[in-house]
Amino acid sequence: MWRDNLRGIYYIALKDMRTYYLKPPAISWGIVFPIAWILAFYLRNPRSFEELVPGLIAMTILFSTTAAEAVVINFELRLGSLERLLLAPISLPAVLLGKVLGGAIFGLMMTTVVTIGSVLILGLHPNLPYLVLIIIPSLLVFSSLGALISVLVKEVFEAQTLLNLPRFLMIFLSGVVYPVSAMPMVLQYLAYVMPLTYTAKGLRDSFSVSSSITVFTDTLVLTGFFLLFIFPAIELLHKKFQ
Amino acid sequence: MNQDMVIVVSNLTKSYGEILAVDHINFEVKKSEIFGFLGPNGAGKTTTIRMLTGISKPTDGKASVLGFDVDTKIVEAKRHIGVVPETSNLYDELSAIDNLLFMAQLYGVQRTQRRKRAEELLKTFGLYERKDSPFRTFSRGMKRALTIAAALIHNPEILFLDEPTVGLDVVAARSLRNLIGNLHQQGITVFLTTHYLEEADLLCDRIAILVKGQIVRIDTPKAMKAVAEEESVIEVSFNGKVSELIEDLSNRLTEVKIVAVDNNKARIYGGISNKIYDCVFSLAKDKNVEIQLINSIKPSLEDAFLKITGLSPIVMAIEKGAK
Repeated sequence: MWRDNLRGIYYIALKDMRTYYLKPPAISWGIVFPIAWILAFYLRNPRSFEELVPGLIAMTILFSTTAAEAVVINFELRLGSLERLLLAPISLPAVLLGKVLGGAIFGLMMTTVVTIGSVLILGLHPNLPYLVLIIIPSLLVFSSLGALISVLVKEVFEAQTLLNLPRFLMIFLSGVVYPVSAMPMVLQYLAYVMPLTYTAKGLRDSFSVSSSITVFTDTLVLTGFFLLFIFPAIELLHKKFQ
Repeated sequence: MNQDMVIVVSNLTKSYGEILAVDHINFEVKKSEIFGFLGPNGAGKTTTIRMLTGISKPTDGKASVLGFDVDTKIVEAKRHIGVVPETSNLYDELSAIDNLLFMAQLYGVQRTQRRKRAEELLKTFGLYERKDSPFRTFSRGMKRALTIAAALIHNPEILFLDEPTVGLDVVAARSLRNLIGNLHQQGITVFLTTHYLEEADLLCDRIAILVKGQIVRIDTPKAMKAVAEEESVIEVSFNGKVSELIEDLSNRLTEVKIVAVDNNKARIYGGISNKIYDCVFSLAKDKNVEIQLINSIKPSLEDAFLKITGLSPIVMAIEKGAK
């Protein structure tokens, strides 16, 4: 049975890449949008561009994974295509994981382009294992956040609207542009319940010379967030079919 | 398990809160037969299919498909069944062949066999010339045909068809019925839900009639029609509106049931034929209307359905026009 599920996860992710992700709207949300945001912050407060790179990568992870994820599941639920997948000999969690993996792979492609581009242009020397340790769980966290929101609502536009709330809160409060330590204490507490905080912090550590052991802690916390999002998403999807 | 029975259902129940959608139903489906599940909208046909194919869980009762319990071994059962849902839900963005290849991947069809099997099905269903066209460009009939092809990609032993001809024009529906007949000849067991009685009559070896979540009768179409043959059915058409005459006729013939078939035609169920003929002629004379045609007719499955279910023929007419 696990072989059926693994096969299902792989082919669903592959199909989603072809049908939804590698299309201009997803690419523009995933890559153009974070670059535009970072440029806006840079022009308002010019400083070392290198300092903004971890934030740029964090935003690319966030936007590329959530760009289509929330829409895709909701769209397929409405059309009945998701039910079609459930008729195949694979479990419901495998179907949802296939969807999450599709978003994560697309995010990985976008993030890789942005990371390699930034590193080459600015001549940076990040710690590659640390980068992987932060980027991979982050991709899964935000892809599963998109999945959770998509099964929470009924309409596609509701998913997009609801997703914007955590997305924009995280941009401003997770240390992507402004350091968390420079924020008022109340907002700092808020920052630490947001997964993007750990992504941004982990990425900064990956690019800093004095990389610390906290990268592993960030990876663990991000894994926790992934589980926190994926299990309720599976449960809610189960309920939708009951 | 009796080897001849591929679906065994025992006290299967599904409730949504206080609504009992399927109410302790029991039936068995034999290998290689076309089993029809007949009933008005909301009778519980689709809910039953959804439970048998693992989309939703039963509230109570048991069901097995090919010996696999649908509650605990549904993934194993899914390897051997094909399902055609009421809506053609393949992927609009993918071409016909890509949709079939994707299904073949999901069902674990061997890599070397996938394209061959997909092309074979496209040829069988007359879609080969359009194999590279996106699904969204297909007509409703072609979409339906491709959805059935997708359900057959892994050579299933049982095919579940939920209202396969709904929304199709006459030609497409007839072509689809021929295809279903051909599948039956190949030995595939077909579980068919429909509210088209003619379709069930034409295709099914046995029929279960479902009303308000309960099975009221399981039999062959022939045996069901025999139930209706026990009483006379007389059809009469006037040159005026029949609705204006029915009330009068009902007052004169209290022991029969009179139903308007269309604007000018009515059917009279039960009663003594000679008395009915006399009464109709006398009514025509009194009301000064012309009788265009009057004759005894052979009961159809629809007549049997009405008799068995006790449904109002008006409700039945609405049902037929509802989709």
